[in-house]
Amino acid sequence: MTASIVAPLEVRELTKYFPAGGAVIGRRSRVHAVEDVTFALRPGTITALVGESGSGKSTVARLLARLYEPTSGRVLFEGHDVASDRRRRAVLRYRSQVQMIFQDPFSSLNPAKTIRHHLARPMRIHGIVERKAVDARVHELLELVGLNPPEKIAARYPHELSGGQRQRVAIARALAVDPMVIVADEPTSMLDVSIRVGILNLMLDLKERKHLAFLYVTHDLASARYVADEVLVMYAGQIVEQGPTEQVLQAPLHPYTQLLLSAVPDPAGGEREPIEVRKGLAAAAVDPPAGCRFARRCPLRIDVCTQVTPELVRARGEQSARCHVTAPASTTPA
Amino acid sequence: MTVLAGVATERSTARPETLIELQQLAVEYGAVRAVDGVDLTIGAGEIVGLAGESGCGKSTIANAVMQILRPPARIAGGRVLFRNEELTGRSREELRRFRWRNVSMVFQSAMNALNPVTRVGDQFVDMMRAHERISKRDALARAGELLDVVGIDPRRIRAYPHELSGGMRQRVIVAMALALEPELLIMDEPTTALDVVVQREILQQVRDLQRELGFAVLFITHDLSLLLEFAHRIAIMYAGEIVEEAPSHVLHERPEHPYTVGLMQSFPALTGPLERMTGIPGAPPDLASPPAGCRFHPRCPHCAPGNAGLYERQTTVRPVLREVDPGHRVACHLVEDRHR
Repeated sequence: MTASIVAPLEVRELTKYFPAGGAVIGRRSRVHAVEDVTFALRPGTITALVGESGSGKSTVARLLARLYEPTSGRVLFEGHDVASDRRRRAVLRYRSQVQMIFQDPFSSLNPAKTIRHHLARPMRIHGIVERKAVDARVHELLELVGLNPPEKIAARYPHELSGGQRQRVAIARALAVDPMVIVADEPTSMLDVSIRVGILNLMLDLKERKHLAFLYVTHDLASARYVADEVLVMYAGQIVEQGPTEQVLQAPLHPYTQLLLSAVPDPAGGEREPIEVRKGLAAAAVDPPAGCRFARRCPLRIDVCTQVTPELVRARGEQSARCHVTAPASTTPA
Repeated sequence: MTVLAGVATERSTARPETLIELQQLAVEYGAVRAVDGVDLTIGAGEIVGLAGESGCGKSTIANAVMQILRPPARIAGGRVLFRNEELTGRSREELRRFRWRNVSMVFQSAMNALNPVTRVGDQFVDMMRAHERISKRDALARAGELLDVVGIDPRRIRAYPHELSGGMRQRVIVAMALALEPELLIMDEPTTALDVVVQREILQQVRDLQRELGFAVLFITHDLSLLLEFAHRIAIMYAGEIVEEAPSHVLHERPEHPYTVGLMQSFPALTGPLERMTGIPGAPPDLASPPAGCRFHPRCPHCAPGNAGLYERQTTVRPVLREVDPGHRVACHLVEDRHR
């Protein structure tokens, strides 16, 4: 995490509110889906964004895909605010350089088109290679993602491939335009368990060989540990902890990270304490009151937790947490 | 290993009374044989795990035990016994009484099975009164107690399902499944749609109740790491067959079948050293035309033409489940040779 490596993609204080149902007269409720999220994606690095459903992690992915406009905050591509340059060329460049891979490989491919079509189309749109070089490039990509023999695979239709193979096609398509950044939103969660490792290994290979910056969005902490160099833990729209993966997962600071870790089945983990079951709701991201969003479930809660919203504070080396107790604000803000 | 392991060892010594017995069960969906020759027993008070990937037949087994297979699915062979009595061929009325009272079931999407326009408490009342003579008042009181047991405020009997979160609705279903104190609770991916913290809370509660009330559980999931913590005994399914079966701790420490070993190699560890994993190459077969011989052989790292005699058997002869140690059964030619 040295400052000398330029981050191709960075977000600063990214915030997205959605209107919520149940509006009272004169006052509309808002879901604070993403609030004050700051991070940078570096080349040759996999950053995992972990959290449970409703934590806002997929909203972050969609903000990066520019499917949503942020309520406030900025997305910086090579240091430039993407919202400020709306010229077609700039938008096209962003769209080619920041590629998405989605969860469902069954619906992200066109059933009526061959695999060759899926890979050749982005090359054509972005003018990556000459017309006569397209086939060679398609085969090269298929080999890169481990789909062999490429000539045969290229001629097939999506329904002729397994789920794992389709997800590899989706990855090859993302790579077709030589991107700098790949945002993968739960890319393995719809695949069979025996297939998942192959996709994770492919991400690791591509990180090395193509020097890509990956954002790996997942709810699976163990897979995050397997692939990611850095991890961001989201809870109720906010990053509550971030830092080098091993440090965060072996010595978590935030009580929520600790709870998550204690809940994951880990047969190799030895004797474990039962987690404390708390009645009531989980995260409240609809018009959250001041204070820590985890306070209601937190075993370490003190008075200040329900009064003041904690900042994300660098507390131990590269590790930051948003917690009055384990990362008090006397230390420097991250 | 875990808090659960204590129960596992306790049980593994004395063989409990057999509750459910599947004998050479075969189930077909049209021309596809989804379950092919499965033998499995579930003892009273035992937690049995059934693990495998999508399409391996594990849910079909649950539906066969519950006798809720619908056409085109049909039992094509073998028997399903409950306390030594055949379940297939029973009348609708007999089965209606059998379900909920003797065996109840929680599905993955069960939380969506609640009637959206009926209060939670009334749904308990309807179910209970369909099975026994109980006043509405008593049934509601019992519903409140059950909700409390699964960690929901008993006053929520007045709530409509949409007022509860997904995890709470799934707890309501668990409570309902236990209302008539069945001898077997089948859970088919009961927590797959839920977050990991909620999953753990629910499983902890089920385990506590299981210890208290002594019912048996058939737990079906693709998540082997979850089963290793939760179940006393685990059966691994692949392409319609059981390929390995063992007490949980044995399976964890000494898996024998190459598919089981591959599955174990598919879950990254959260603690301890981090190794590059291999997973399993290829994909599960199409059951309309399963591979000859061992169904796993096209993906098996130990199947290569080098060893001619073995290769011949792997590709032409179906291996059968054989006991390699007491309570540990494996269907694999290689393992068979090793233990000969």
